[in-house]
Amino acid sequence: MLAKYFPNAVTMKGDFIQATWETLYMTFFTAVVAGIIGMAIGIGLIVTQPGGILENRVVYNILDKLVNLCRSIPFVILLAVIAPLTRLIVETAIGTTAAIVPLVIGSAPFYARQIQNALAEVDRGVIEAAESVGSGPIAIIFRVYLREGLPDIIRSSVLTLISLIDLTAMAGAIGGGGLGNLAINVGYSRFESDVTVGAMLIILVIVFAIQLIGDFWARKVDHA
Amino acid sequence: MTNEAIIQLKDIDVTFQNKGQTVTAVKNVSLTVNRGDIYGVVGYSGAGKSTLVRVINRLQRPTAGTVEVSGQNILDLSSKELRTARTKIGMIFQHFNLMTSRTIADNVDYPLKGSKLSRAERKQKVAHLLDLVGLSEKAEDYPAQLSGGQKQRVAIARALANDPEILISDEATSALDPKTTSSILELLKRLNKELGLTVVLITHEMEAVKEICNKVAVMDAGEIIERGDLVTIFSKPDKPLTQDFINTATQINQAMEKIYKQAGTLGLDDHHILVQLQYVGATADAPLITELYKRYSVVSNILYGNVEILQDTPLGNLIVVMAGEPDQLNEAWTYCEDAGINVTQLDPNSEVA
Repeated sequence: MLAKYFPNAVTMKGDFIQATWETLYMTFFTAVVAGIIGMAIGIGLIVTQPGGILENRVVYNILDKLVNLCRSIPFVILLAVIAPLTRLIVETAIGTTAAIVPLVIGSAPFYARQIQNALAEVDRGVIEAAESVGSGPIAIIFRVYLREGLPDIIRSSVLTLISLIDLTAMAGAIGGGGLGNLAINVGYSRFESDVTVGAMLIILVIVFAIQLIGDFWARKVDHA
Repeated sequence: MTNEAIIQLKDIDVTFQNKGQTVTAVKNVSLTVNRGDIYGVVGYSGAGKSTLVRVINRLQRPTAGTVEVSGQNILDLSSKELRTARTKIGMIFQHFNLMTSRTIADNVDYPLKGSKLSRAERKQKVAHLLDLVGLSEKAEDYPAQLSGGQKQRVAIARALANDPEILISDEATSALDPKTTSSILELLKRLNKELGLTVVLITHEMEAVKEICNKVAVMDAGEIIERGDLVTIFSKPDKPLTQDFINTATQINQAMEKIYKQAGTLGLDDHHILVQLQYVGATADAPLITELYKRYSVVSNILYGNVEILQDTPLGNLIVVMAGEPDQLNEAWTYCEDAGINVTQLDPNSEVA
């Protein structure tokens, strides 16, 4: 049955496993690095914004402009533009590991904005209540913002992760490997469209799994 | 009640910059609250009440003036010292401001996280606080499962976690129905008595002040326009705004309006005058009416009567039509005033304040 509908794909089991692995590898490491950077910038934006607990116009404006700048560059162009930087950091501009550098730069600012929006939903009154019982900025960030904002943080993380998988496919197409590479450079270029469809299906499964787990988790921690 | 000042605000100014314009929220306000007071600050929204009390725990830094709380100059404290000082100044809010992601017990425990208590001690303390506000069985619930009154009780328990000497209540009953409001006010009064807690109560409802405060300040446009102990303010309000607040609270306005509407049926002339009698303390009203008849043959027809008990002092208000000979009416009037009763002739053709 499988052989009938996926004549080429069935002969490439090893390639599929390899590509799936590469996609997960890129996604995972980018998520960790971009997650930390994006989270830090998002928190930075929220606490330094006008009326924030550590209001600071200069820092806020720098972070805000930086995020806007990075988000304005189309990812395909970003890939090419930062190739020298990539070479500097990982000593090569092609391959799966090299793809992580542009992926981080492409997704961290997006995540920062998402985190900022999620934390902006935390009631100002709750922050004030925490201040009134003597909480300092660190306690407010970790015990109030991140705790109260958790359901929204999870939802934004899911959104970012899914858009990140989208980006890995694009990075794959220009030499990063992964399912995107398989779908375009093998499936599309060789007219083996069953390979393209197969790669797409695997990506769909990964995306649905992330969405499902994220939704479940967000609902579990949401008591509002 | 002692006369030891616990909060001293001196010459407080608070101004905000808004789109290049300077907005003055609080103007040259001085306020002293003594230990054990329940001090009411009344005013319409935008009068600057909330801004003023936020100065007490420096949630709002004043533009000018000095703030002394429990002998500490709040404005000179470092961030760390300020955080310690804030643990001794509890605060509750109109919208409760509970953390939705934490259980009731966890919300009350939150302020204790920075304290030196052990986990077991904290648990015990939380249980005690929840018991104090009557919510022990809700410990593991989340705020979303509670009613408004219950949420405010949790907020009170949280505010008391670090055994503060002062509790600031910022419109804490304004989002609650009248019955729940009373029960929260009762609780505040009980805490004041049992724990010796000093309460600063901000509200736009004089009813709340009437129920529990011993002192009151009236704010308008960033300034305190009148202040004093509750009975004095209620019996002899000086400013029109204060009278307005009090008349709303005692519902005498509504009574007057009704009476004025049917003024025609009262048959007012030189022999019939419409007066408001106001008395403080034990001056009983029934003997007065009989006295007036016996001495001056003046017949008093009571149209409206109301007695408020403020700080264990009765404050009575009567609206009566007095009928008699004009001379006799004059003498009756003097008699009332000599008895310490405040007499005002009412004109049905005037507007009710």
